Amino acid sequence: MANTANLEAHATGHDHASHDHHTPTGWRRWVYSTNHKDIGIMYLVFSIIAGVIGGLLSGAMRLELQEPGIQIFHGLAAMSYGLEGDAALDAGKHMFNVFVSAHALIMVFFTVMPATMGGFANYFAPLMVGAPDTAFPRINNVAFWLLPPALLLTVMSMFFEGPAGALGFGGGWTAYPPLSTSGHPGPATDFVIFSLHVAGVSSILGAINLITTILNMRAPGMTLHKMPLFAWSVLVTAFLLLLALPVLAGAITMMLTDRNFGTTFFNPDGGGDPILYQHLFWFFGHPEVYIMILPGFGIVSHIVATFSRKPVFGYMAMAYAMVAIGFVGFVVWAHHMYTTGLSLDVQRYFVAATMVIAVPTGVKIFSWIATMWGGSITFRIPMLWAIGFIFLFTVGGVTGVVLANAGADRALHDTYYVVAHFHYVLSLGAVFSIFAGWYYWYPKMFGYMYNEFLGKLHFWVMFAGVNLIFFPQHFLGLAGMPRRYIDYPDAFALWNRVSSIGYYVTFVAMIIFFYATWEASRKKRPAGDNPWGDGATTLEWTLSSPPPFHQFSTLPKIESKDAH
Amino acid sequence: MVTGQFFRKMGAAIAAATALVPAAVSAQDAAVLTQNDAGGYAEPGQFHLQESVTPIMDSIVAFHDGILMWTIALIVLFVLALLVVIVVRFNAKANPVPARFTHNTLIEVIWTVVPILILVVIAIPSFGVLSDQMTVPDGERKYLGANIFSLGEVEVPEATITIKASGEQWYWNYEYVDQGVAFDSNILSEAEIAEFKPGQPRLLAVNNELVVPVDTTVRLQVTSSPTGVIHAFAVPSFGIKVDAVPGRLNETWFNARETGIYYGQCSELCGKDHAYMPIAVRVVSAEEYEAFITAFAESRNYAEAASLLPAL
Repeated sequence: MANTANLEAHATGHDHASHDHHTPTGWRRWVYSTNHKDIGIMYLVFSIIAGVIGGLLSGAMRLELQEPGIQIFHGLAAMSYGLEGDAALDAGKHMFNVFVSAHALIMVFFTVMPATMGGFANYFAPLMVGAPDTAFPRINNVAFWLLPPALLLTVMSMFFEGPAGALGFGGGWTAYPPLSTSGHPGPATDFVIFSLHVAGVSSILGAINLITTILNMRAPGMTLHKMPLFAWSVLVTAFLLLLALPVLAGAITMMLTDRNFGTTFFNPDGGGDPILYQHLFWFFGHPEVYIMILPGFGIVSHIVATFSRKPVFGYMAMAYAMVAIGFVGFVVWAHHMYTTGLSLDVQRYFVAATMVIAVPTGVKIFSWIATMWGGSITFRIPMLWAIGFIFLFTVGGVTGVVLANAGADRALHDTYYVVAHFHYVLSLGAVFSIFAGWYYWYPKMFGYMYNEFLGKLHFWVMFAGVNLIFFPQHFLGLAGMPRRYIDYPDAFALWNRVSSIGYYVTFVAMIIFFYATWEASRKKRPAGDNPWGDGATTLEWTLSSPPPFHQFSTLPKIESKDAH
Repeated sequence: MVTGQFFRKMGAAIAAATALVPAAVSAQDAAVLTQNDAGGYAEPGQFHLQESVTPIMDSIVAFHDGILMWTIALIVLFVLALLVVIVVRFNAKANPVPARFTHNTLIEVIWTVVPILILVVIAIPSFGVLSDQMTVPDGERKYLGANIFSLGEVEVPEATITIKASGEQWYWNYEYVDQGVAFDSNILSEAEIAEFKPGQPRLLAVNNELVVPVDTTVRLQVTSSPTGVIHAFAVPSFGIKVDAVPGRLNETWFNARETGIYYGQCSELCGKDHAYMPIAVRVVSAEEYEAFITAFAESRNYAEAASLLPAL
């Protein structure tokens, strides 16, 4: 721990009334911020804003799909572009694909990742390991401020030409060529590519910062095996980001040169291969889904232990299950490509490798249950979200086992079954863990308590809503409804209608959330240092709520045997 | 499969029930309900896999409905039951003093080993189903079909017909490779359906169906226009789905045992009319096919040759 001691000495050595010891105010505090907690808050606000945009896009999709036939998109196109008749209809069909693509990009890169690896990781990983700040505060600032322009680029892409005569990029978040190259000659796709480049740089910088912080700045006595599980989850996730994102960056750069400079990496005319892009994309894309869910695993572990007033069961297994999931997550990518014409042997390998992931995931589910077993549980707001997460993630996990089997995937590939599956693990899994973390740490970050009734109401309405949206989509997928369809055969009308009703319920839940947040900020019920009782044992609860602008000027010493 | 029948009956019951709910199902749906009795695509309100007419889809249905569905349902119910027990027994009122245990080697070994065993049990039939799909019949290899547990055998003859399906933006082009004749298959609008093919389903009906003989193994090659984008050829009741990739020739096969029209839809995002390039395969008797293909090879006129087939 000599390093941290040096830092300490260094800081006090320059203690001549420098700006370090005055809390900056006004816009300078935020725009110039090198403070991990302020940057964390900015990430969370950014994530909420992006989430509202992404959520409204999906609202348009659910309105469209509520009934067979085209409901709103020809009208939207008519309003947006002043077209009429068949021209409006064609523009509307493309616009639907644009909404599908933008919804996915925004939810993945600008909502879930900023919330978990931006917001919670920045704010709480340093607190949990007893560090005064992150290792590279200025990099932290740059990483955050790259995100708004990245989001802006994605949003702007919707207003530039994509396919000839139509606006926006409609190739899905996967952006498979040739649809995203020769199929979209206009600049919209280049905006999306640049957006991903910028967001990718942001994530890589954030990952470097977090890895360095966690490996080098833990408080004296906090060995890796005493480190809280959330810090473990952030560490594993940061490595996934660091290894996966450069592959995406490479793939979309090749696409960029294919589009603009005449290369043919993915163009069969010049000896290229569209399937190569899919391999590269999913080499990134599969770890990406673990990037989105692993921090949630960490958050849920703490909440479950806190409200059970019982230490986490099987700490070592929990930590190394995440390492295993991260590792195996890199060697299963082609299960997204079973229908592309992979040979029998390749498909067999990816079936086997993919199913292996179920084992460490099962260890985590059962360990959470064992943590609660024998506990003295209070069902406060965060605990409801955490238990909801465990159940919904289980549902999403088992349908993943179904899809892992290439033989069964033949019937389900690119149908709504897949949509249901990944929304159960992400929209219901990752997002529930984000809400769990938000309600768990809100008192710490802002110093106030939520209204218990409103928070629970939000949970129950949202639980009903999202299940209503996504459970019937399993039926649609089994019955054969393909994804990314603006219109569907009449046989699929019933479950689509149910799904759309679920969206409205979820919409109400989000209104309850915003009202509850406003109410909490108005009523200012003081939280105290630790509102959750003796089950909350991690270091952030030893600080005031909100914590001081700079914490741990005297580093905490970790002595107890089970700090986690 | 017993379970398959169970789900099917449930599906019919749900479909009937939903037809009674005006808010849930429009009159349009009810019309489809009666008309789709012949099969070929999903029924209104359907919540299970489509009716199978090939050995491949038999094995998918048996594998999914017979093994996967039950396994995942039991796992979810097991986790749910544990959560309910926890809520009832270990809430702060019922159990004011928490236990302090954090380890139990035996249980940890159990919940690692048992899932592995379950996965192995799933993997064995899974590999069988997959191998069936990926191996074009040579007349000698034995196929599983629905006999996943009994390892029974289904006679599947060698492929005698080769058809090439090519995805275009946004329609399909089919070539009878042996005869060297091809035709385009385009979606019909609602007005065109009413005029030419009354009663056929919206978004699925096409002007020119792909005609194949019953009980015959068809080798299907799938590709896409060299300057086009990726599509995917899928017919759910055949259990086939294969990407149509520019510059690649993918291969699959089917052997349909019942005559009728079977529908599918493009299953890879391909642009604005992705939802409007359906696949319709008309399975006819061997004699009808012979008459059709002879006429088609001679005249190179699909409409003329198709007029020899019985009216739809």
